[in-house]
Formats: sequence, structure tokens, C-alpha cells
Amino acid sequence: MIRAFAFLLVAGLTAAAPHALAQSLVADMSESSISITSNFTGKEILLFGAVDGPSDVVVVVQGPREELVVRRKAKISGIWMNRRSVTFQSVPAYYAVASSRPLEDIAPGTVRAQYRMGGAFLDFALAADTRHLAGEELLQFREAILRNKRRESLYFEAENSVLFRERLFRTSIVFPASAPEGDYTVTTYLLRNGVVVDEQSTPLQIRKAGIERTIFDLANQRPALYGIIAVLIALASGWLAAALFRRT
Amino acid sequence: MQIYFPIAEISLNIFLVLGMGGGVGFLSGLFGVGGGFLMTPLLIFIGVPPAVAVATEANQIVAASVSGVIAHWRRNNVDIKMGLILVVGGFVGSTAGSFLFKLLREIGQIDLVISLSFVLFLGVVGSLMVVESVRLIMRSRKGGYRKKAHQHYWAHGLPFKMRFHKSKLYISVIPPLLVGFFVGVLAAIMGVGGGFIMIPAMIYLLGMPTSVVVGTSLFQIIFVTANVTFFHSINTQTVDVVLAVLLLAGAVIGAQFGARVSGMLRGEQLRALLGVIVLAVCAKLVVDLVFEPSDLFSIGRAIAE
Repeated sequence: MIRAFAFLLVAGLTAAAPHALAQSLVADMSESSISITSNFTGKEILLFGAVDGPSDVVVVVQGPREELVVRRKAKISGIWMNRRSVTFQSVPAYYAVASSRPLEDIAPGTVRAQYRMGGAFLDFALAADTRHLAGEELLQFREAILRNKRRESLYFEAENSVLFRERLFRTSIVFPASAPEGDYTVTTYLLRNGVVVDEQSTPLQIRKAGIERTIFDLANQRPALYGIIAVLIALASGWLAAALFRRT
Repeated sequence: MQIYFPIAEISLNIFLVLGMGGGVGFLSGLFGVGGGFLMTPLLIFIGVPPAVAVATEANQIVAASVSGVIAHWRRNNVDIKMGLILVVGGFVGSTAGSFLFKLLREIGQIDLVISLSFVLFLGVVGSLMVVESVRLIMRSRKGGYRKKAHQHYWAHGLPFKMRFHKSKLYISVIPPLLVGFFVGVLAAIMGVGGGFIMIPAMIYLLGMPTSVVVGTSLFQIIFVTANVTFFHSINTQTVDVVLAVLLLAGAVIGAQFGARVSGMLRGEQLRALLGVIVLAVCAKLVVDLVFEPSDLFSIGRAIAE
């Protein structure tokens, strides 16, 4: 339903301004916010739009930045345990790229690096106490972030996933259940001959809602009260269970 | 049907969680044990962050112990005075344990310490159970055994003596305080009630009569796991009440079935079976620690101090 409506809407827009010079790209999303409620298992969002001529489209989604600790295990007396750890100050919690063709075919490395098209071009600032890390070792820890995030489906690069129907395009962005709350940015780039000719950024919010919100806020803002409530619930349900099963 | 857990921040199948609660509840009804020492590792196996598994299981044990203690209370099988001494030790131990837990979490070693503690205790307790029950099975074939009417323990020589009428004891308060303390530390770090340590300690170390040990240990466990729940909530925000309530619902029902089935089976064979289950969980943990992980690197959000 939404999908059909979106196409009609975009088709209408482009028909009304067939030679719009200021804007070669129009894009929108099926939703601009995601609520994490008790039945949340992740979410797929549809991104759609129109372009004014033959071109490539790359969509880059970045989640909120987080401070991340990367740990490397080593075998110590027969047991694998965390040994070396490196803290990165600013790592996107979520990162996704969708493109109409393989990224290497769309733009040269310099352009892809400038617009962070591909996990390899993400910048993870090191925390103050680990600035001395360099070279091969730093690369290993960087690679570990990408690998772990990809395994958790929090990072992905989906080439050929932006589909065109004449001048209309659409793609879907998947957010797994583990996608953290926060402010996300969805940026759509229009490229021609390896050059970005237009771009459009849209914010996207992911928030816990309803009972999940209440519980999470209480646990983090009023931890003592939360602890007391957790104990009271347990005491009451334990007593209730004993009472219920005594009669039967 | 999936359900999202707000503190664990993962989505799990509700029937899996209820089923695990039911399964462990069944075993705890069958064997008359708490079940925390099985539930915490199982939660970790299905992907719950270990710190959340420990804190949440402590919360669930509060409820399980309340339902358990009521029956013993009615039969007058709780030595309240001894229980309170154990609670004092337990409060100090579990509070200290909770701060140690917070520290270990900050330096990235909490998962390792939780696993190692379980390997150690499950290994020892599981082996003892199997050995003991095999010996009992052999002995019961040969015929009865003798038991001394009254034994003197080293604990009887210490100062600060107190009279415990229900346990018919006149002993120093130091051993029960230490037992309570040690069990409190275990409760905070492993998310267990600690009955599997406390009950043998009460019988063999303190010399309490077997009729009151289960009720008295449950009495202590309520207070200590409540304290663990409270301090983990404050220190690390790792108690997931939604998860605790679902586990509890499964466990209550499972325990009823377990208790009914237990009447149909022989004691020694039951104990040998539980020993084998405990050793299996232990083996799984050992495998995870000893074999090279598929990825040597792991990532985690930095914890603000």
C-alpha cells in the first residue's frame, strides 16, 4: 500500500517539475521513526525517490556514535581470555550502504572515501589512552569492528539493492532487533560519471516505546527504585505461586 | 512469538524462555534444588549477556525461594536465628560481590570470571554428586551404614558463642557468618542461590540437623538474592524484570510437575542423574573456554564509569 502510494507521489512530483534544475533527486522513506516495543524483532524501512535522468544512487545510513571497546583474546594457561583492549571513541552503532551497482563501478576510491561509501572508509577515532596504537595492529582492531558488526547485522553493504523503474528508484534498509536507540542519518547520493551531483539527508529516529521505554528509563534513571520494584515483584509472585499451588 | 527484552536488549522467542523456565523448574522440583546454577549458564548459551543473565537470575531466585520457604515455614523447619546470622554474612558478601562484579565488568573480565566460577563449582558439585550416589547405590546393595549420634566440630572451639534452639546448637557465630559471606559473594557473581554450597556447609561444618537446613537456607537465599538484585540494579543496571518474570512463570509450573515425578523415582539414581546434567553443562563451558574461538576479537559498548 505504502509502496504504491509512494510511487504515485513521486511520479506526481517529477511530472509537475520535469526539468527541475535545483533538485535532481527526490527521496523519502516509508517511516521516519522506529519504535522499539515488546514485539520488536527489527524493522525494514522502504526508501524511495526519483531522479531526473540516467544515474547511480547510493544510500548511506549511519547510526548514533558510540564508544566501543575492542578486545582481543589470547590463550593463557590453556584458557582463551581477553587480553589486549582498544577503545574507539566514535564508532557508528549502525552502518548500511545500498547502491544501484557495485560501489567500485559507481565512483573512484577518493569519492567513496569522501562520502564514506563502504565500511572501509569509516573513521573510528581512537580514545585518548590508546592513541599510540598504529600500523598493522590498529588495522587488525579496525577490521575486528567491521567483522563483528557485520556478523551482528549492524553493518552491511548491499550492492545492486537500489532498484530502478525508469526514473523511480527504491531500496529497503533493514534494522536488526539489536539496532540501538538514537538518531540515525539516511543520506541518498545521486552520482553521474563517478561524481556526486546531488544528495539528500533525512533523519531517522529509533526509540524504545511503551512498557520497554518505561522499564529502561526506570532502570537507568531511578536504579534504586527499579531494584526495589524488581524485588517486590519477585516476592509477590513467589508468594502467589505458593498460594496457587497449595489449593490444587 | 518473539519478545524484546528491554535490559538484555535482545529479542527472544517467548516459548523458548518459558520452556527453559519450565525445564529448569521441573529439575528443581524433581531434585529439590534451586536451579540457578543451571539457569544462568543456559541463559548465557542462548545469547543473553552474561552480566544480565546473572543479575536477572538472582531476581528470579528471590521468587523461587519465597515459594519454597513457605512450605518449610508451615512445617516449622526454619531456624530463624541461624538464618538471620547467615543473612548478615550474606548481605556483606553479596554487597562486596556486587562491587567486584562492577569492577570486573569495567575491565572486561566478567564473562571469564562467571564462566570459570561455574566450571569450578559445577565440576566439583557434579563429580561429588555422581561419586556419592554411586557409593550409596553400592552400599544399599550391601546393607545399612552407621552414623554417630553426636559429633564435635572444629567450629565448636571458636569465641562469640550463641545458642540456636531450633538447630540444638551452641556454637560460635563466626562459622555461620563466614558461610553466609561466601555464599553471598557467589550469589552476586554467579546469579545462584548457593544452596548447593550452603546445605553441605550447614550439615558438615555447622552440624545443623538435616530437617532444618533446606528451610533455613531458602530463608537466607531470599534476603541475599534480594540484596544482589538491588545492588546489581544500582551498580550495573543488568536486572531484566521482564525476563525474570517469564522465567519465573515457567519455573513455577515446571516445579509442580517435577515435585510430583520425584516421588516415583529412587533418590540415589535421581542424584546421579542430576550430577550428570551438572557435568554436561560444565563440559560445555569448558569447551567454550579451551577451544580457540572463531573470532579472537570481540566488541562491546564502553561502560561509563
